Amino acid sequence: MPAIPAIEAENLTKVYTSKGKATVAVDAISFALAPGTVTGLLGGNGAGKTTTIAMILGLVEPTSGHARVMGADMPHERYRVLHRMNFESPYVDMPNRLTVEQNLTVFGRLYAVEDLRERIVAIAKQLELSDLLDRPNGKLSAGQKTRVSLAKALLNRPDVLLLDEPTASLDPDTADWVRSHLERYRAEQNATILLASHNMAEVERLCDRVIIMKRGKIEDDAAPGVLLARYGRDNLEDVFLDVARGRGEFGRGEAAREAAQ
Amino acid sequence: MSGPSTSALALSPHRVYAMVLRYIYLLRSSWTRVLDLIYWPAIQLFVWGFLQHYLALNSGFFARAAGMFIGAVLLWDILFRGQLGFSVSFLEEMWSRNLANLMFSPLRPIEFVAALMVMSIVRLAIGMIPVTILAIVFFGFNLYGFGFALAAFFLNLLLTSWAVGIVVSGVVMRNGMGAETLAWTIMFIIMPLACVYYPVSVLPAWLQWISWALPPTYVFEGMRALVLDQTFRADLMITAFALNLVYFAIAVTVFLALLRSARRIGSLLQSGE
Repeated sequence: MPAIPAIEAENLTKVYTSKGKATVAVDAISFALAPGTVTGLLGGNGAGKTTTIAMILGLVEPTSGHARVMGADMPHERYRVLHRMNFESPYVDMPNRLTVEQNLTVFGRLYAVEDLRERIVAIAKQLELSDLLDRPNGKLSAGQKTRVSLAKALLNRPDVLLLDEPTASLDPDTADWVRSHLERYRAEQNATILLASHNMAEVERLCDRVIIMKRGKIEDDAAPGVLLARYGRDNLEDVFLDVARGRGEFGRGEAAREAAQ
Repeated sequence: MSGPSTSALALSPHRVYAMVLRYIYLLRSSWTRVLDLIYWPAIQLFVWGFLQHYLALNSGFFARAAGMFIGAVLLWDILFRGQLGFSVSFLEEMWSRNLANLMFSPLRPIEFVAALMVMSIVRLAIGMIPVTILAIVFFGFNLYGFGFALAAFFLNLLLTSWAVGIVVSGVVMRNGMGAETLAWTIMFIIMPLACVYYPVSVLPAWLQWISWALPPTYVFEGMRALVLDQTFRADLMITAFALNLVYFAIAVTVFLALLRSARRIGSLLQSGE
């Protein structure tokens, strides 16, 4: 029997309606991510990446189709799996007046993390936050805040981790450090990671598979090496630009349709 | 890890405690927030207390009704601050852009509401206990002298304040911070109709129907009966309680509907304006 996908989208669609005008944010996309894999979700601004992630998290209800996590239909069956998931995004903050330790304590209790005190000490050590535990979140630098958000996201040892631009606004050194930590976490926990990013080097380094979105649709979906060969490019940035500008044999979604057939 | 439960109504005390802890940490980190809880009720007390004192010196009725205004202002503050305590704790999540973190955590909406109710009581206690002591010291008015009646007044006012706070939080969650003003002003729509400082009989007959549909009206009428006639009107308290149960159930239903709507329009992820 095939394993249940860690994350599955089936004809997933989101249409926002405002003042009688409908905007299709995500247009009948389908994919299934195997457990233990890292997948990059690429696309320009407004491509539908964040809405896709929000539907997988259960924060946004699909207009039609399904988002499933470990077999649970989101958002209707979210309480079956939310304790085994987590999320990190620079666009979602943690309370600034609370110290790092207080924030981790609150979220650790929400996720019913066992031996919470020891877990906080351990994760603070891993993410080099030990000296910052008694500092208010609002007094930290952008890089330190990102590490705190990552600590929150990893606190419950999630089987499924969703990351929305995890290294945005970080200096190259800190970004590299975060990527290394994510690689280690995936290897140690066999976690499934879905990563939305604009950083092609990051995606190339971390991901087994890349899904490229454009105007709410999947334009292409393959392993990074396959995409490079398919588009005859040396790096994913050029592949991304080919897709974004509709250039090349596999632009405009042909490759995705071919793969689906 | 705790075992998963698929029900949105399953209530876990440790998650409620986690949220209460979050708000306690916040209060501990900011003395201005604590001062703010005491400042306005104290100002209100002194304004109405001195007015009451002045009227008592010049009118036989007000001399007989000693404490009527002070009692009214203290009970009004329980209603107003109870709602504010609930709504402001919710607004803290919007101000800190933390709502999405909570909404994809295992925290159930009912646990979130329960934690906000606990915080409403905590914030009320911080604000009102010092002010009731000031009322004894400066005006010789002992709110605790109401005895069992105070418990009935308190319970009914708190239930109303929570029902209003739940709806306000739902509207802000659904519509963003543009609706924040509701949290600060909505109770003032109720104030003239709840007859805080005057009896229902002074209202036009058609308005009295609306007034009697509001649970706080029964509390303020009950308070005046106690102060003026030394009579505890249990009938008023039972009617208020029954109305409160209806309004509370409606408020929770509205909150859950607004939460569903927020998921549909995507406002949980963007908790700004």
